[in-house]
Amino acid sequence: MNFEEIKKQAMSNWEAMQNSEKTRILIGTGTCGIAAGAEDILKTLREELGKNSIEADIIQVGCIGLCYAEPLVEIVKPGMPGVFYGNLTPELMAEIVRDYLTADNPHPDLALGTRGEGTINGIPRLFDLPVLKPQVRIALRNCGNIDPTDIHHYIANGGYEGLSEVLRMKPQEVIDEVKKSGLRGRGGAGFPTGLKWQFCHDSPGTQKYIVCNADEGDPGAFMDRAVLEGDPHAVLEGMLIGAYAIGASEGYIYIRAEYPLAIQRLRTALEQMEKCGLLGENILGSGFKFQLHIKEGAGAFVCGEETALMASIEGSRGMPRSRPPFPAQSGLWGKPTNINNVETWANVSAILQKGSGWYASYGTEKSKGTKTFSLVGKVMRTGLIEVPMGIPMREIIYGIGGGIPDGKNFKAVQTGGPSGGCLSASFLDSPVDYESLASAGSIVGSGGMVVMDEDSCMVDVARYFLTFTQLESCGKCIPCRWGTKQMLDILEDIVTGNGRDSDIELLLELCQAVKNGSLCALGGTAPNPVLTTIRYFRDEYEAHISEKRCPALVCKALVSYYIDSEKCQGCGICARACPAEAIKGGKRMVHVIEQDKCIKCGTCLDVCPAKFSAVVKTSGESVVAPTEPVPVGSQA
Amino acid sequence: MSIAEVTQNTHTVVQKDEETVTTRVDEILASYTGGKAELIPILQQVQQAFGYLPEEAMSRIAQFVDVPECTVFGVATFYAQFKLVPTGRNIIKVCRGTGCYVKGASRILEETEKILGIKDGETTPDLEYTLETVACFGSCALAPVMVVNDKVCGRMTTDKVKKILDRKDQH
Repeated sequence: MNFEEIKKQAMSNWEAMQNSEKTRILIGTGTCGIAAGAEDILKTLREELGKNSIEADIIQVGCIGLCYAEPLVEIVKPGMPGVFYGNLTPELMAEIVRDYLTADNPHPDLALGTRGEGTINGIPRLFDLPVLKPQVRIALRNCGNIDPTDIHHYIANGGYEGLSEVLRMKPQEVIDEVKKSGLRGRGGAGFPTGLKWQFCHDSPGTQKYIVCNADEGDPGAFMDRAVLEGDPHAVLEGMLIGAYAIGASEGYIYIRAEYPLAIQRLRTALEQMEKCGLLGENILGSGFKFQLHIKEGAGAFVCGEETALMASIEGSRGMPRSRPPFPAQSGLWGKPTNINNVETWANVSAILQKGSGWYASYGTEKSKGTKTFSLVGKVMRTGLIEVPMGIPMREIIYGIGGGIPDGKNFKAVQTGGPSGGCLSASFLDSPVDYESLASAGSIVGSGGMVVMDEDSCMVDVARYFLTFTQLESCGKCIPCRWGTKQMLDILEDIVTGNGRDSDIELLLELCQAVKNGSLCALGGTAPNPVLTTIRYFRDEYEAHISEKRCPALVCKALVSYYIDSEKCQGCGICARACPAEAIKGGKRMVHVIEQDKCIKCGTCLDVCPAKFSAVVKTSGESVVAPTEPVPVGSQA
Repeated sequence: MSIAEVTQNTHTVVQKDEETVTTRVDEILASYTGGKAELIPILQQVQQAFGYLPEEAMSRIAQFVDVPECTVFGVATFYAQFKLVPTGRNIIKVCRGTGCYVKGASRILEETEKILGIKDGETTPDLEYTLETVACFGSCALAPVMVVNDKVCGRMTTDKVKKILDRKDQH
């Protein structure tokens, strides 16, 4: 079958579905959706449709990125725009089926927004909402729109058109097109993709490999998972294009085992590609041959590094080696190899579908196109977003994210995972692009963006990241293996109240040594969280060291709890809940926490009724409270 | 709520004699050719069968891929996924990713440790539960997250942990 025939069939299937007399119901069943309870919603939906004898097509789609509103369902009645309902419970789902599907009440009170032609009174258009308006969806173009297990859905939306075009071009023309687009590697380092391809293309050798790095290891990042779950073909088409341009006949997708659904989606996609003649000896009759293999990672953060990843594919311990030779000259089994990350590949297929000029029209001069971020932490609307490069950080956090919940204040935003840094409020009005983030001491990285409010202790955050990098250091080179350990020990001292005056200077010196001396980027960037927290939040380090005080009330060794004798009503709830039996009291007696028994678990603070709010958490202050229980009221 | 309501997919706990291990391992090896690149996929499949990597299995695999036993041991100890001791029937993983950390994952871990009476990385003596922490599940928008066997549970609270792990419900 040639591409025109496949496309025709895909289009006619897609149109039949769009013009169907039946209602279509799209439900997000990516990992996030399922974790939020999508399976229960799906069950209720099926039951309610059955009970009310309604015929409808249920399509399970990937993540549209509105994770805060999961579980999420879109209902498209014939001739009507699709209506999105979020934060569903089985009860709400049943109510919507009854009211909107059996009657005609679209429940504007429960609806998030509409999509498609037409409007419904009282419901805004989804893409006009503040969370979506600033977004430009290129890598995520199909996520949440199509059934990721049906290749026809992808093809009907422009899929594999880029490839079919590419097969008529010369490999060098393809590379030039990618160069012109200005695309830079989305895995973290931001190296120009076209140039990387050129190196591998120019390397002598008949056997070459391409690799998709789907070992998304940064904690707090899930962009690649969402793309693979929601639109696997976007990535696979990109890989085919890359393979053709470079001259590779074999490819690997190295994906972490923690993403079982993404792996399953990839397997399905590969089977369908084979059936359509998009893999194998003679792809779309062009004579181009290509095979793809899935390799499951086994849990090692360092395998996100190119040379470690290749060692892992070859069956060894995933330890990096020094470069040069670069993978483009000597990669997998010593052959020229090109490695790009999931999002980069998904962008490649879009660029070849729509042209380099179109892609380069987004973004800034040096950072073209868009970037996906997983916006998480202390922000109202958590989710997966895609924005043009250069957008101000404030617009992401306050516009798309809706600001900080519970009336708290913004403190920091962490980008780039353990390789990145924590930026303070002074950065809010700076643009988000490679250069600007680098000059602030952080990196764009793969796209994790964790927002922190006043309840986060920046010293503890630095300690948290060092715990991670120290654990994940492969141990090959000493600066990383021992440097991260020493840094972690110093940070442990500081958060437990044992910090010394010289510690900050010592940390800075160690940071330089680890940065300069490490073999790979894991060690080379591990100091970033420490460097940036010292740079922007030095006062917090100083409070821990010289005043033995944790301003954010996080570091356990430096906080204490006491009961306000004027507020305690002697109800006894705290004493009963205390797991350490550290609270003395009695009926109608002001309760007292015995400090030497207290394990600082915070249970008393949680259980003290809000109307009393008598438990106080404090750090570095001298506390005036009775040492023995006294009758309630005797203090006043 | 209880584990049974969250997931039925528990692991089989296998503590078999040497002979059955070798037979089962040979069955698995039959679908491989013996290339070095197959080492990690083989270890993954063997671990899936036994819940861990029995010593005899690793020796057999070393012969099969034609590498020294120490190489197999080296690979098995390098990657976090591989276990050298039997794990429990239920595997509880608490996420310690950044998103979860900021949203209070340490309290979820503490509560789990308290209920199960074991620390991170340990297994209950009755081989019912193994507790692990994992770097990130990529479900950060629903932080804090815990994974019970294969099921991701989002927006966790200490109360939800209590409900899921209420051992009285189980037997």
